[in-house]
Amino acid sequence: MQKTSRPEKHIYTVFEITQAIKGLLEDKIGEVWLEGEISNFKAATSGHFYFSLKDQSALIWAAMFAYANKNLKFKLEDGLKVICFGKIDVYGPSGQYKIIVERIEPKGIGGQQLAFEQLKKKLGQEGLFNPDHKKPLPLMAFSVGIVTSSKGAAVRDILQILKKGAPCVDIVVRSVRVQGEHASGEIAAAIEELNSFGKSDLIIVSRGGGSSEDLWSFNEEIVARAIYNSRLPVISAVGHQINITLSDLAADIFVETPSSAAKIIVDRKNALISELAGLRHKLDFSINDALGNLKNRLIALTHMLKSPADRLLEKQQLLDELSSGLNYNMRHFLELAKERSGSLIQRLGALSPLSILSRGYSLSMLVPQGVILKDVSQIKKGDQLKTVLHKGAFTSLVQEVFTDERKTDV
Amino acid sequence: MKEKLMFEEDLKKLQKIVEDLSGGKLTLGESLKKYEEGVKLAQSCSLTLADAERKVELLMKKEGKFSLEKFDDTDVAEEK
Repeated sequence: MQKTSRPEKHIYTVFEITQAIKGLLEDKIGEVWLEGEISNFKAATSGHFYFSLKDQSALIWAAMFAYANKNLKFKLEDGLKVICFGKIDVYGPSGQYKIIVERIEPKGIGGQQLAFEQLKKKLGQEGLFNPDHKKPLPLMAFSVGIVTSSKGAAVRDILQILKKGAPCVDIVVRSVRVQGEHASGEIAAAIEELNSFGKSDLIIVSRGGGSSEDLWSFNEEIVARAIYNSRLPVISAVGHQINITLSDLAADIFVETPSSAAKIIVDRKNALISELAGLRHKLDFSINDALGNLKNRLIALTHMLKSPADRLLEKQQLLDELSSGLNYNMRHFLELAKERSGSLIQRLGALSPLSILSRGYSLSMLVPQGVILKDVSQIKKGDQLKTVLHKGAFTSLVQEVFTDERKTDV
Repeated sequence: MKEKLMFEEDLKKLQKIVEDLSGGKLTLGESLKKYEEGVKLAQSCSLTLADAERKVELLMKKEGKFSLEKFDDTDVAEEK
């Protein structure tokens, strides 16, 4: 309980106190650097951003108006840790204090890097880097479109390597700016133009080395989309380092340097030359093999096929064999015959009528017929007979014929 | 260039011929015909790759129309 009260008891209006607070906060604190984590992020249709910044134990509301956020490269989102610069502001109508953010940077990495990561994530989710979408390079690119600066080192490198290693390749250069504000639009347009011009087998999108800021155009969404949408296969060859750009990720193939892009084509050409030599060799081998097989078959068949001369010889041989056999058989036969005839002669000797005659028998025959008489019926009285004895012969006349021999009494 | 347009097709034909020939199921007449065809294709493909008459051009676009201009590549060092 107060015994004495102030002589002047001032009663503030809400407006007054708010003005007092506003004065205190805005004058005493004013512009500050503030670190915190974004939450409750909302982008209003007006283009203004509203969010809160918090740490483990406190929260402050924040606004970033369209004029301040329009050049922001990365996206603000909940959970992002940031460092921002701004001014504390008290907004009377809602009784709120907040920080009006003028500049904001992600904590830890640069804003550009964050923008890259965010865009990479977004395009990745959309499928722009999908391996399934990658187009195969043509078997041999006889016409190559190059999107780069006609004055840069990249085009010189590519032209030189192709001239030396694959002079069969025609080249169409679509010259673009490769850095600066307009570069990404020109690169994207050039990719589309080479597609609609239609005389190239593939496109090389390239620029020589530089800082990551120099290469930034190749990280723009418009370029990544143009590469993704290209009907012609795209080789991305940006920079001289291992910095992977979004162009690289969207391309069908990416290499580190312009020279490497040209070397892909040279290597392809050399591989084809080897393949052709191999095919040529196989052709020769196959036909020689086929001819060799036929030759062997022919030899085998020739062996099977007898020539007339061979057959004659064969017959002669057979004839020789047969005739020598015949000679032998003949001799054998003759010997046999001789033997047989010898014994026959002996037997014949034994059977000879002459030898019978020597034993006292005689042989009579009718003269002049010379028929040997065996039966008296052959003769009649008065016939002349010739009788042969063992030694000598005589003729006689038949005086009488006796038909019954037994009645004969001599 | 016609040979360049035909290159891929010709190479495929050649690969098929080599496959057919090595299969060994063709008559001698067919084999010889394929062989002859294959040799021609191999020669034509090799010649196409050996071609050294390259064109280097600059694609220009004026009022929506494309045109080609000669691109000066004479300062591209030629190694001998």
